[in-house]
Amino acid sequence: MTGLKRAFLNLIQYPSAVAGLVIILLLVALAVYTLISLPYSEAVRLWRGADNVWLENPRNAVPAWYNLFPRVNVPVTTVVDSRDHPEAVRGEELGGGVQDVQVSLPFEFPYDGFPKEVTVFLTADFQRQRPNLDLSWHTPDGRSIRLSTVIPGHTETYRVSQDARLLRQLRTRNVERGLFGDPGAEHAVPAQGTYELLVEGLTFEEGSSFSARLVVYGQAHGLAGTDHRRRDLVVALMWGTPLALAFGFLAAMGSSITTMFIAAFGVWYGRWLDGLIQRITETNMILPVLPILIMIGTMYSRSIWYILGAVIALSIFSAGIKTYRAMFLQVKEAPYIEAARAYGASNVRIVVRYMVPKIIPVLIPGFVVLIPSFVFLEATLALLGLGDPILPTWGKVLNDANANGALHNGHYYWVLLPAFLLMLTGLGFSMVGFALDRIFNPRLRGI
Amino acid sequence: MRSMEMNGTEMMQAKTKKRWSDSTWARVGLYTLTRLTALFFTVVVAIYLTILIANMGGAMDDIRTSMIRENISMAMSMDPEMRQLSSGERNVMIQDAIRIEIARLGLDQPFPLRSVRYLSNALLLDLGRAEYLTSDAGSRQVKLIILERLPPTLLLFATSNLLLFFITLFAALFLSRRYGSTLDKIVVALAPTSAAPSWFYGIFLILLFAGIWGVLPFGGMVGAPPPPTTWAYSLSVLRHLILPVMALTLAALFLQIYSWRTFFLIYSSEDYVEMAKAKGLSSSAIERRYILRPTLPTILTSFTLGLITMWMGGVVTETIFNWPGLGSLIYAAATMPDTPVVVGSVVIYAYLLAASVFVLDIMYAVVDPRVKVGGGSRS
Repeated sequence: MTGLKRAFLNLIQYPSAVAGLVIILLLVALAVYTLISLPYSEAVRLWRGADNVWLENPRNAVPAWYNLFPRVNVPVTTVVDSRDHPEAVRGEELGGGVQDVQVSLPFEFPYDGFPKEVTVFLTADFQRQRPNLDLSWHTPDGRSIRLSTVIPGHTETYRVSQDARLLRQLRTRNVERGLFGDPGAEHAVPAQGTYELLVEGLTFEEGSSFSARLVVYGQAHGLAGTDHRRRDLVVALMWGTPLALAFGFLAAMGSSITTMFIAAFGVWYGRWLDGLIQRITETNMILPVLPILIMIGTMYSRSIWYILGAVIALSIFSAGIKTYRAMFLQVKEAPYIEAARAYGASNVRIVVRYMVPKIIPVLIPGFVVLIPSFVFLEATLALLGLGDPILPTWGKVLNDANANGALHNGHYYWVLLPAFLLMLTGLGFSMVGFALDRIFNPRLRGI
Repeated sequence: MRSMEMNGTEMMQAKTKKRWSDSTWARVGLYTLTRLTALFFTVVVAIYLTILIANMGGAMDDIRTSMIRENISMAMSMDPEMRQLSSGERNVMIQDAIRIEIARLGLDQPFPLRSVRYLSNALLLDLGRAEYLTSDAGSRQVKLIILERLPPTLLLFATSNLLLFFITLFAALFLSRRYGSTLDKIVVALAPTSAAPSWFYGIFLILLFAGIWGVLPFGGMVGAPPPPTTWAYSLSVLRHLILPVMALTLAALFLQIYSWRTFFLIYSSEDYVEMAKAKGLSSSAIERRYILRPTLPTILTSFTLGLITMWMGGVVTETIFNWPGLGSLIYAAATMPDTPVVVGSVVIYAYLLAASVFVLDIMYAVVDPRVKVGGGSRS
């Protein structure tokens, strides 16, 4: 215990190690928070986008904090629902069960950019006769644009942005420019102020009613923006954290500890066992890891845990075994091992209780540096399209971004955020690992 | 491999001739022979494992058989001449054709038997024909496909490895002389950046140079359409080369400088270096004779191993940069999966690796007088 304490006290002498520890702690905290706040099944459901959960998110929106930059003022999504504003609904009885209902949905638009899409979600309540709705658009400068007439079913979606007839009538490049554009301006800029969507409807039955929900999709959304399928990237970035840490830690743990024990037993028993381990290691070094993992991914299973097993299996007999072997050869000759043998300790006891603990300090720095390399390996596989099919990871976000030309289309946030988290993980662990190396490796002391 | 075996037998002959006259040569010969046997054995096992994995332990053949069945049934039932026959007769003909095709490809033999044949073919560098992939010239021969992809990979990796090797070596020597300076501290602080692989830096470089500034191309090896003159063509290749080379170099740069610098520092604290300093030798002479000379084996190892990895290419880096090299070929082959191409690339890689390990062993003995070949455990 005192050894560990001393090592820790030594460690916090290095500012980079302290920074690395802080990063690791933050990541672990984020991972724990994610596991508590967003359960596994919920994350999978959200990432699959089941039940139209992302319906009201814009596609490829930048993070909302982009607006904090000077001279950036892009719209965020605005939602106005007639059910939330009972005062917006005005009805007039016309007799014979016919009602003239006016729904007014006003909203503020104080932004410098055009919205991505405009959609009206309608619901109607009726027995047999559908209501008849007239939609019109009122701009802050007093113009009014007739949008369309909709005869809705029980639920109806009117995608204003995809209305070809409206676009022809507006004669602008897209519908948003026609609806939001300032007609007096030289370039296409939106006019700021209060807009209004007016739904004038006739209902033909007693008790029949309708509601309208206007969604003006913004260019910015949430903490991390959205992807091409409207999914909030926060889900993937948050869930990527525990997955990356677990993958890196388990792979590093599984491979380095097994490697160490195999090397120890090989050295202790010597002869053919040692020779066999050497040969297996040399064979394994010839095997190309990445192509084999790609083949396993394409032909067997893409589950992250299956791949994890394959990664561990392939890295057990790695070059590390040779390093450990050299160390164990020295340890084997130490007098205390001889003493252990003299009092009659069994072979297993000597290896497990006396040889292995001796080199654990030397193992720790390598172990810490190994973690991010496995995190990046998972990202690499995901980037090649071999990510886990249901779980969101950082690598999968990068893969989506890459496959949808994020860099070509200027969706930089899509690449930068997962890359930032990956880099943070890499830096955190390797900064601590480098400091540990200097502490535990006597030849490096003072260098 | 044949030539390596020949080498071995020659060595053995040399050994038997000189055994009585010179025991060093006998030891060298015996050592060479055991090394070669061990290496050959590892290559065989590694290639056999690859064959097993790439064929899914034989399950790949079910896919192949059903594809043959489907293709032939489709082709025969579309054939107007076949329509004349009754369905029974047609069925017999289809079954016959399928049986012949399966026998032609040797799929009627049990997999263990065939895997041995695949192995011997692979070891004799008879790489066979690809299943789906073709070379740009249209050939299905695995050898030609690989040969076509080799030059771009070599160009990319030779450039970046040489660059990396010389930059890191000189920077490390420079820093080890100025140990503790601000520059030294910066490099030490930057060493952890190498935790990220080269494709990671590639994405950033593409983002900056191609996406935001638009000064360099996003990827590929040459502009489209390819420039007509040789001069313009090489200029275009050079422009496309900059970003991937930068990515490959940047990913390893600081860690390598750091580890070389530490390595040189350990060696420059040896007593004989102090002695040389006391004698008043110039610092360049000290570096050459007392620091670089004893570290030569390690430098050579690192350089050779760097050269080897080059043959495999960078699967992801090449994919990210759309570079038409071996790495992206292996990726395409492994995802299809085109087993002969995967096995072919691994065979070539395994041979090259084994050959370089062997050459390294010999080089160690040549450059490091402390290494006694065949000594130690054997004598």
